[in-house]
Amino acid sequence: MNAQFEYNQSVKIKKKWNLSEQFQHWSLCIMPMLLVFVFCYIPMGGIIIAFKDYRYDQGIFGSRWVGLNNIKFFFESSEFFRITWNTISMNILFIFVGILCAVVVAILLFELKHRITTMAFQTIMITPHFLSWVIVSYMVYAFLNPEYGILNRTLQLAGIGKIDWYSKPELWPGILLISFIWKNVGMDSILYYATLMGIDSSLFEAAYLDGANEWQKARYITFPCLIPIITLLTILKIGSIFRADFGLFYQIPRDVGALYQTTDVIDTYIFRNLRTLGNIGMSSAVGLLQSLVGFVLVMITNHLSKKIDPDGGLF
Amino acid sequence: MKKNDSVKQFLIILFFIILCLIIVIPLIVVISVSLSSEKDIAVNGYCLFPRLFDLSAYRYVFLNQTEIINAYKVTFIFSMLTMILAVLLMSMIAYPLSRSNFKSKRFVAFYLYFTTLFGGGLVPSYILITQYLHLNDTIWVYIIPYLITPWYIFMIRTFFQNIPNEIIESMLIDGAIEYTIYYKIMLPLSKPVLATVALFVFLGKWNDWMTSMLYINQDKYISLQYLLQRIMKNIELLRDTNSGTVQMMASMDIPAETVRMAMAVVVAGPVLVIFPFFQKYFTKGLTVGSVKG
Repeated sequence: MNAQFEYNQSVKIKKKWNLSEQFQHWSLCIMPMLLVFVFCYIPMGGIIIAFKDYRYDQGIFGSRWVGLNNIKFFFESSEFFRITWNTISMNILFIFVGILCAVVVAILLFELKHRITTMAFQTIMITPHFLSWVIVSYMVYAFLNPEYGILNRTLQLAGIGKIDWYSKPELWPGILLISFIWKNVGMDSILYYATLMGIDSSLFEAAYLDGANEWQKARYITFPCLIPIITLLTILKIGSIFRADFGLFYQIPRDVGALYQTTDVIDTYIFRNLRTLGNIGMSSAVGLLQSLVGFVLVMITNHLSKKIDPDGGLF
Repeated sequence: MKKNDSVKQFLIILFFIILCLIIVIPLIVVISVSLSSEKDIAVNGYCLFPRLFDLSAYRYVFLNQTEIINAYKVTFIFSMLTMILAVLLMSMIAYPLSRSNFKSKRFVAFYLYFTTLFGGGLVPSYILITQYLHLNDTIWVYIIPYLITPWYIFMIRTFFQNIPNEIIESMLIDGAIEYTIYYKIMLPLSKPVLATVALFVFLGKWNDWMTSMLYINQDKYISLQYLLQRIMKNIELLRDTNSGTVQMMASMDIPAETVRMAMAVVVAGPVLVIFPFFQKYFTKGLTVGSVKG
């Protein structure tokens, strides 16, 4: 009887709290959600600027509608092909070379038996990831400076002569690739390294007992374990192939006009039109296209990665 | 077999030593130039090791540049403020998302997640911040728009979910309400992931040059990284307009090349010092948190 009473009591208390539980949860959510609304959802509505002749004095709603003119101008401009090509080709280069380097580093780290050495190497390799592109641009400059730079000094000593790096656009895809790998290889390899660490070690022991050599172990254990995650990351990165790393493409070539031919990408183009040229129509039109194409691509790649691995998608 | 193995280990270690050298050499070059004397640079160019040890570049940076000290202050303040507020707010929303009794969990998660799929882009945000919110030329522009990052929220949430449910249940039976559980259980038990996120947010802000470039026109509010970027540009400008300027500056004993690199060292310094201490934490935080939303 008494027990029954207590039980009812506790149910009642639970019921009463159930209401305020939801309230408590919501009250914790509300501030962050408000911030997201203001800084993410309101700008989404702002894409209508792409269809307007935006003027600061007239505001978003006062400016004249121009329909698809902004987008048409962009497609007709000479820059359209250049920035699209640069963005896509550089991103493809980054994806493949980046993943290859990160996987090689991860496999070799995994082969290292000494824990503390592994940690030390890892720490050094991750460090560049936390330096800003501005700092990296100083380093690149220290190598490429036409008069004092290390590369030109070395080339002169070797009797080859100076190269004016900052006026030779054809060299820049390589320079950008090296900068990108230098900064990211350590960080990117962590994920593959973690995957390798997750492999059941009894597999390797069994292979060893069966007399497998190094190559066979790699061929039948290491690679098969890595391939799903490599495929997944490749596909997901292809989903954001229209987004360039603004810092890399803006800071490393130091916004030198002579290099635009190979270093100008969608993101630097948007920035330049917004802040330097004041061409808001063009800038917002390109931004809209980038967002839309990016969205569609992410949806497609997510669908693909789910087909490969049911748990694999982002959502 | 045994011998073969040690040869392999040796080769791998050799590989990593070379790789780490490649990664470290650019850093060493910058530091070494900053410690050289200007005249030596003018004669011999940049070098891996300073021929003549000279601290005058640093003296110049700290004594003559009120700008850099001011930028240091501004950057430190907004980085700290963003870090504290961001960790607080993101853990706040991560908590309900981690609890099974929150009915609108899916909606809130999608609400956050959608922003990573689609965004308005640079122009609408720029117009919103400058024309409607009028945050430009204030220190708040560095902080408020950058407080919420969905990925970090999901990272924290995953960590929260891994905390044994029994602890929460027993707290509930003892009559605790959700706020108490969040504050007394979740936050103290989640230090690794909170430290990881805090470090990421802090370093992200410390390395922020874009906000200044977009929104700040007054010199007293510019960030360190942007100052650095501008110095690079200004010296280039001088060189382009008048090729004699650099020699002139050298003859006037105002170090240009070395000061530039000294500034880079001063700006990057805190990152290089802080970061290795956190490494232990965040490899854990990263691998635990690398789970999708």
